[in-house]
Amino acid sequence: MVGVINYKAGNAQSVISALKAINVSCKLVDTIDELKTLSHIILPGVGSAQATMDSLKELGLIETLTSLVLKDHVPFLGICIGLQILFDFSDEGGVKCLGWLPGRVVRFNDKDVRVPQIGWNAVKQTKSHPLFEGVNNNTEFYFVNSYYVVLENQDNLLGETEYGKIFPSIIGHENIMATQFHAEKSGSFGLKLLSNFCKGEFYVN
Amino acid sequence: MLTKRIIACLDVLKGQVTKAIQFQDNINIAPVSDVIKKLYNDGIDEVIFFDISASSERRKIDIDVVKKASELIFVPFTVGGGIKTVEDMYEVLKAGAEKISIDSMAVRNPNLITEGSKAFGSQCIVLSMQAKKVNPSSSIPSGYEIYIDGARVSTGMDAIEWAIKGEKLGAGELVINSIDCDGMLSGYDINLLDKICKAVNIPVIASGGAGKCEHVAEAFIKTDVSAAIVSSMLYSTRLERNFSIEEIKNYLINEGIPVRAHIRGD
Repeated sequence: MVGVINYKAGNAQSVISALKAINVSCKLVDTIDELKTLSHIILPGVGSAQATMDSLKELGLIETLTSLVLKDHVPFLGICIGLQILFDFSDEGGVKCLGWLPGRVVRFNDKDVRVPQIGWNAVKQTKSHPLFEGVNNNTEFYFVNSYYVVLENQDNLLGETEYGKIFPSIIGHENIMATQFHAEKSGSFGLKLLSNFCKGEFYVN
Repeated sequence: MLTKRIIACLDVLKGQVTKAIQFQDNINIAPVSDVIKKLYNDGIDEVIFFDISASSERRKIDIDVVKKASELIFVPFTVGGGIKTVEDMYEVLKAGAEKISIDSMAVRNPNLITEGSKAFGSQCIVLSMQAKKVNPSSSIPSGYEIYIDGARVSTGMDAIEWAIKGEKLGAGELVINSIDCDGMLSGYDINLLDKICKAVNIPVIASGGAGKCEHVAEAFIKTDVSAAIVSSMLYSTRLERNFSIEEIKNYLINEGIPVRAHIRGD
């Protein structure tokens, strides 16, 4: 069973609709007990890093989630804000985040580009990865973001995108994966990527 | 490179997609679910769903229609009409929308823009505005005045000033509807769009007036708009013939305009 974490300011319902369309058995989860039963965990996201961190704290999920992902290696996919909060710190509101991966989230430069970035942009695959199976290199995905991550460890980069500068648009480390774009809103290739995640085993103990 | 978006904006009245001329005289096209499914399968980049009578009838948006529609498409989906509070926004987001469009209600209560962007992020708040050409004056120096309630009520506000204020208040994107050009099929109001694009640093969406591929290309070549709404071209029965999304995109590609590769949704 794939679980989509349901928190205020998230767009969990869109992810559920997308998973249903590709016949993945899935449910919304917002309790510790439910989290523990899942084969795969998806953390969707719209909104701010602060609101997302606050919401996860309020639900009391952070400790269990961290243990499931870092110790039990349950496959995890973060989407948009769900990517940004995996790192140490976000400049958006100056928020300390989960710190599962090293890096800092910074804002696009308003002098270079219109912020937020909204629209379809190409993802250049920098590594082969099971998530990309059946997904052409340079396929456009749908982005909505004012911030992006600066990786400390380039080994975590799976694909990158240009918007004023080149930024990481998909990352992966062992069982942890995340997309800056909204796979659930990126048409048939977005659905393919979600399907690859839900079928995959990735990092096995 | 970020591509230019082709958007369908569905004016919904009692579960039916309709099309108007200058915000009036709506004709029925088809049920929402039929139109939305076809648009997705044909490769639309984004859909805006607008409950056109919610605001003027002072009622809430029809959440069930939004929910059903959002289950059919896997491209971005913006919803507007009759949204008065942050709670209304949350209802619509929970029903599967990515973005909220506010228009008349934002004019009545500009704080709504700020509250919405604080709660859900500015990328979630689309400020839509209806602008009409008037004689320039001291209160409306640009010569474009903001109207509300389906272009029926004038506000005395300058469109450029409202766009700048909207960005400051926290809007993440602007939809600029030209009342003069709406449904006329003679091209967008290029002058208006250019002025707005130069005044703000958030994405601007052109709306009102596209009747052929040349009009869409013109908006992208002559202004810095990020997206164009092409509703009439896709399905208005008032056109001699409609255009497919693929046809519009191929035209733009030939003009050197970056667009998302044409991919059918089915």
